[in-house]
Amino acid sequence: MDKQRQTELAEIARKIRVGIVEAVHSASSGHPGGSLSIADILTYLYFEEMNIDPEKPDDPARDRLVLSKGHCAPGLYSALANRGYFPVEDLKTFRKTSSYLQGHPDMKHTPGVDMTSGSLGQGVSVAAGMALAAKIDQADRRIYAIMGDGESEEGQVWEAAMFAGHYKLDNLCFILDLNGLQIDGSLDQVCDPRPHDEKFRAFGWNVIECSAHDFNQLEKAFAAARAYKGKPSVIIAHSTKGKGVSFMENSCDWHGKAPNDEEFEIAMRDLGER
Amino acid sequence: MADKIATREAYGKALAEFGAKYENLVVLDADLAAATKTGTFKKAFPERFFDCGIAENNMIGAAVGLALSGKIPFASSFAMFAAGRSFEQVRNSIGYPHVNVKIGATHAGITVGEDGATHQCNEDIALMRTIPGMTILNPADAVEARLAVEAAINMQGPCYLRFGRMAVSTLFDDSYKFEIGKGVKLAEGKDVALIATGIEVEQALAARELLAADGISASVVNIHTIKPLDEDLIVAEAQACGAVVTCEEHSIIGGLGGAVAECLSAKCPTPVLRVGVEDVFGRSGPAKELVSYFGLDAASIAAKAKAAIALKK
Repeated sequence: MDKQRQTELAEIARKIRVGIVEAVHSASSGHPGGSLSIADILTYLYFEEMNIDPEKPDDPARDRLVLSKGHCAPGLYSALANRGYFPVEDLKTFRKTSSYLQGHPDMKHTPGVDMTSGSLGQGVSVAAGMALAAKIDQADRRIYAIMGDGESEEGQVWEAAMFAGHYKLDNLCFILDLNGLQIDGSLDQVCDPRPHDEKFRAFGWNVIECSAHDFNQLEKAFAAARAYKGKPSVIIAHSTKGKGVSFMENSCDWHGKAPNDEEFEIAMRDLGER
Repeated sequence: MADKIATREAYGKALAEFGAKYENLVVLDADLAAATKTGTFKKAFPERFFDCGIAENNMIGAAVGLALSGKIPFASSFAMFAAGRSFEQVRNSIGYPHVNVKIGATHAGITVGEDGATHQCNEDIALMRTIPGMTILNPADAVEARLAVEAAINMQGPCYLRFGRMAVSTLFDDSYKFEIGKGVKLAEGKDVALIATGIEVEQALAARELLAADGISASVVNIHTIKPLDEDLIVAEAQACGAVVTCEEHSIIGGLGGAVAECLSAKCPTPVLRVGVEDVFGRSGPAKELVSYFGLDAASIAAKAKAAIALKK
């Protein structure tokens, strides 16, 4: 990827992060940490990788993204808004009673949301079903699912991994957001689901590792997933929870907490808005 | 009376029959195709059958993904696992986004028989009823089971279909009309209304004969659709007879009996007694014996009918 495009994507990711923090601050609740950790992944998917058109959010031929870690809705909404699915200004209605931006993604009310999610472990199965459907149709659409590392403690994730491996769904790509933190602490303090690479390989997957915050690495990882035939791919994306906001970085305290007005100002300065 | 056929048999045959007519029909199972009878479809359309292994929760999710891509998936397992184990998947991945998935749940109720309580699901209707927008079909015989499958294919939205393991009499013929949400009055009566669903329809019809011998006139209504409930018909029967007995192979809590009581308490307060599995777990035994053991037979219904009539003011 050339330097100019990297700079452009970095600016989009910055705006997505601003939208995340604004949405969560406005709602006085929500999940900023894991949203910030996938901001660059979402940027790459919606602005480089996926075959999508904000004017035709229901196009049957489009690629699909399931945000299996649905609590990171602020990240998804901010990416969709910045991509043109709905006004960026509406991010400030997040979690409000009259808003179409529910606390967790709701496909019935939000354009661009391909699957309702929030209960962990379920989105990856739906993505596998979407990939199977594309195989039945002999269509070349690709299916992506972003899952959390904490989410990988759910047994259903491994049911889905077994299923996708068995049916050789090479049009399916999971992105595992490996930020190392969940609500109650770090993975090793809670109930460590690692190693992920060996587990996915054992279920018949192609495993790719990269940084979640380097567009060159993301480009190579997604290209490798696309090129791999005969197995589904998982991109284990090493990320920093809270990336981009100084006091949120690497802290599980900011998994599901909104910044107050003072903290919001610091975050906006960190993100170059002040 | 024709040979006895289990509704699960009719389900498998119907899937295979309609597989030819509806090319988007796909079937998923969780290593129970021989028992749920989806194996009949698998034989006819192997390229549209997907075994998910013993992993029901993923099966529900995969069915959602297929439905969101234009397929009409039937996801099958025993009621215990489809509605019980996977309740939250059904609630959040099918119900909340109102996805066009059909859940074909077999081996419902105590007529699972010898396998015993772990596999006898008496709670599935109660669970499914609480999900907004869920349609629940509980056919009484093979004819109705076939019609229920095609009706489910032709409706948009989530649908739970309940089938049994035990062979039951065929009650209806080719002229039988089936419409989702419309109960069917099978017999006139004026003293008590027997409102039945599933395999208990046959028992209710037999109970009507027992009651007639005692000079009691009972109407019989088949409520094949538990949700949306045919409230108009139920209210009309309550008004006409003044006493109601519900009959179902399900817990007396939260199933047809609960639905009818909820309806009548609001719209037409009437004595309602419920025939069903009392607030207990099932047990092993031959299915036919268990029907009597748990008080689901015609004699038990007739006794409850007399008790209901005694409650009339």
